[in-house]
Amino acid sequence: MAKTWREWERPLIELEEGLVKLKAMAREAESPRREELETNIAQFERRRDNYIDVMYSRLGPWEKVLVARADKRPYTLDYVAAIFTNFVELEGDRRFGADHAIVGGPALLDEMPCMVIGHQKGRNIQERQYRNFGMARPEGYRKAIRLMEMADRFGLPVVTFIDTPAADPGVESESRGISEAIAAAMFKMFELTVPTVAVVVGEGGSGGAIGIAAANAVLMQEHAIYSVIPPEGCAAILWRTPDKGPQAATALKLTAQHALEYGLVDEIVPEPRGGAHRDPAEAAGLVKEAVLRRLCEMRKLSGEKLREARYQKFRAMGRFELASRRPATSD
Amino acid sequence: MTKRTSTQAEPFLQCAGCKKILFAMEFEQNLRVCPHCGHHHRLPARQRIAMTFDEGSFEELDADLRSGNPLGFPDYQDKLEAAEARTGFFDSVVSGRAKLFDAPVSAAVADFAFMGGSMGSAAGEKIARTLERAAEEHIPAIVFCASGGARMQEGLLSLMQMAKTTAAAQRCAQSGCPYFAVFTDPTMAGVLASYASVADVILAEPKALVGFAGARVAKQAGVGKVPDDFQTAEYAHAHGMIDKIVHRKEMRQTLGTLVKLMTTGRRATVGSRRG
Repeated sequence: MAKTWREWERPLIELEEGLVKLKAMAREAESPRREELETNIAQFERRRDNYIDVMYSRLGPWEKVLVARADKRPYTLDYVAAIFTNFVELEGDRRFGADHAIVGGPALLDEMPCMVIGHQKGRNIQERQYRNFGMARPEGYRKAIRLMEMADRFGLPVVTFIDTPAADPGVESESRGISEAIAAAMFKMFELTVPTVAVVVGEGGSGGAIGIAAANAVLMQEHAIYSVIPPEGCAAILWRTPDKGPQAATALKLTAQHALEYGLVDEIVPEPRGGAHRDPAEAAGLVKEAVLRRLCEMRKLSGEKLREARYQKFRAMGRFELASRRPATSD
Repeated sequence: MTKRTSTQAEPFLQCAGCKKILFAMEFEQNLRVCPHCGHHHRLPARQRIAMTFDEGSFEELDADLRSGNPLGFPDYQDKLEAAEARTGFFDSVVSGRAKLFDAPVSAAVADFAFMGGSMGSAAGEKIARTLERAAEEHIPAIVFCASGGARMQEGLLSLMQMAKTTAAAQRCAQSGCPYFAVFTDPTMAGVLASYASVADVILAEPKALVGFAGARVAKQAGVGKVPDDFQTAEYAHAHGMIDKIVHRKEMRQTLGTLVKLMTTGRRATVGSRRG
């Protein structure tokens, strides 16, 4: 099984690269060679579209993991740039330092001022290190708390973008209370009296994700994942090998379709043909439509109603049964 | 962990800390704390309840909540049944009402012996109800944590228990009732990063494992060398994440004092049940 998105999409990527070359050749060529090439291009495009349809119509859980992690997939700042205007990034946590794995600040969504917060990953080696691979340290969550507090004070709806493999598990983060920072961010989200919308756009990675995802409306992109533990980590614990990630991905039911089925997200936001990374602009348009619709629905509700609705929504999550007898003990 | 949990069967056991051989009877009388090295061994929930709250005051609630393997996760059903047989409980959290020096409290105690104390839907529900009960009845909440984290066999449902329990803690805080958490060995990951860390007062037993990323997860993430006392209660305490480390023998008294101090201030009504 493929281990990365590039590996899995290779035939498709090769086709697309071939197409780019063919198109360049066609631009240079003269008649009748040009017409010939154009016919070829049309054929290739049909083949590519068929390929995409076949590959993306039956994405298994593991393929979803690969697609959700694709480094060509739009990240938070891509969505912010495409959906919002006048974004001013505010970077201080007022406690210890600047974290670059969570970004945030006020911005306009059409005419509506909002507070935008999200995990940010990087695309090349330098960027990845700068963003700590999208793994926020305590300062990231404490910055998010600050921004949410301000949003509450100034009546700005909060929109969060979720895309992190996990919160930072390192020694430094532990020493500064990463667990407390995550818990406090969730706690803050339950205090807010403004509408809140969270969108899982890539990897919804365990505690690092839920820390800023306890929102009135939780949306999830069609090919995003949301999980209590990375599938490789689950496999390492259960079967002592990270190589069984694909099996773990299936067992964990980490797809958007499952999350909706279990009532843990409110809506699946469709992605363009072949995934958000094939058409980031269209993907952003679809996210924008959903976020705007949700915010407009909530605009009529009072702060107290919003808080209560948020409470009841998360309060109802879980599946348990009532036993009819006490368990038998062995001793 | 001690090698044996049943004192009747074996007169001797070995300390998990200093490896010395201990008399089982003496060990039990000493609240499962090693008389030589002071190692606090893990406690079954029943024993914890008996040594903490007023004698006979614990009234268990929601005892029949159990997980139904909602994801159909491989081998989960077997693990649940084995844990039920081992502990006599349907999940890792035992909860209800109790009295502490005559003061009514809403209490929950986690038992590590039940699937590592992990938090699935049933445990999350019991914690949430414990905190809500405190808010509704205007009594303090006391939660003893012992957990490896979220229960991955319940997938995203278990992650959402973090949000659910934290929401309930927020409700408890909003009602003006104090919430006390005690970190016992271990208090980790999804539990530490949710309801455990938002308590008003956080106590811990000595040497309890307290941390975010478990050893295997950290190793996979490439976390390198760590300090010797990394992820101990002492480490968390030194970094300001825990208010006080309390010996098991003094836990009841310390909690009792705190409950008294924090329920007799501005809110004179706290401590008397409503209705």
